[in-house]
Amino acid sequence: MSKQSKTISEEELQSYVDGQLDGPSHDRVAAALTSDPELARRADELRRLADALHATYDSVLDEPMPTEMLRTVINRDQSPLLRLAAVVAWMTIGGVIGGLIVNSIAPQPASELRAERPLPREAAYAHAVYVPEIRHPVEVGADEREHLNAWLSKRLANPVVAPDIREAGYQLVGGRLLPDAGRPAAQFMYEDAQGTRITLYVRGHEESARDTALRHSTDGNISVVYWLDGSLAYALAGSIQRDQLENIAGDMYRALNP
Amino acid sequence: MKSFERLVVEQIPRLRRYARALTGDRVPADDLVQETLARAMSRRHLWIRQKEIRPWLFTIMHNLYVNEIEKRARTPALFSAEENDARLVAKEHPEAGVILRDLGRALKALPEEQREVVLLVGLEQLSYRETARVLGIPSGTVMSRLSRARERLRELMSGTGKAGLRRIK
Repeated sequence: MSKQSKTISEEELQSYVDGQLDGPSHDRVAAALTSDPELARRADELRRLADALHATYDSVLDEPMPTEMLRTVINRDQSPLLRLAAVVAWMTIGGVIGGLIVNSIAPQPASELRAERPLPREAAYAHAVYVPEIRHPVEVGADEREHLNAWLSKRLANPVVAPDIREAGYQLVGGRLLPDAGRPAAQFMYEDAQGTRITLYVRGHEESARDTALRHSTDGNISVVYWLDGSLAYALAGSIQRDQLENIAGDMYRALNP
Repeated sequence: MKSFERLVVEQIPRLRRYARALTGDRVPADDLVQETLARAMSRRHLWIRQKEIRPWLFTIMHNLYVNEIEKRARTPALFSAEENDARLVAKEHPEAGVILRDLGRALKALPEEQREVVLLVGLEQLSYRETARVLGIPSGTVMSRLSRARERLRELMSGTGKAGLRRIK
């Protein structure tokens, strides 16, 4: 082709541009490029092709992911309702991150908390679905706190109380009733002065299990700290530092067990 | 450790990008991705955790794509008229300098195996070794195919073929 192809072959040049060379072979091409304008021009041409490919097709990376694709990968063995929750959560948050959260929280190692479906997963779903809500984050607001506690206690057939964590800087926003494998569960939402929201998910626990220490499950930007307390299971979810979340969970535990 | 599902979901955008460039159209591309995901999930036990998941997924997609092409070859009516044009020209006049200024159309005019190699390396930035694994060919073949594909693309884009020019549309 051109004169320098005697020393640097087309395939060498190509390998160099594709980042496939290292050590002496890399340095040899790099040196030849500085002294040979024709070779440099050909290298540029190769790079321009790669640039053109990216310019033409990179926008695909930012397209919303079809829900069908997510459904194919995540929670294939789950009920349609929960799959829907996962997909809604993904769409609510937007982008891949949301999908990754619900998705990777899904498979849990066996544990004594796995009565119906893993608690941290349920809590993360519910968190991801309701936290972005502007107008209807809760069903019953904090101004009706007593009614909220009474209502949820009745539905969960257990004494359910929204713990007071004002000392940690979080005000109760309110709560809602949720389905969990066909049974009632509750979610309380809290907010700090900056508007950061955390949620406490509560559901009945089948076995009269021993109380457990705080456990932690995290992914991407939703952390979940969960524990058992008598006949109830609690999971605190939030997109904050794990140690902060654990401290708040500790406050909650103490508020519930004075 | 990331779950298998998470690793797969992370790759969906890139699988879609590759499929889009490969097929040239959104609907068949997403169908191909969808099929790839379904097959990956049903064969998850075949994935070796120590290895990168991306080449594994691209391999599945490549195999499905090749099957699809073979199926299409038996039922040529499925090609659009325009596609047929480009294919016929590329097939009957491989030496012709077809002027295709649009990159998407130029890619379509490449033989399938050249298009795959140029996209896996140039767009998806797989290494030659990974590309060889995906396509089931030796690394040396990747290099020579790549070089031919790029030369051909360059000709198609600039319209500087050596033989007589032929314009499409």
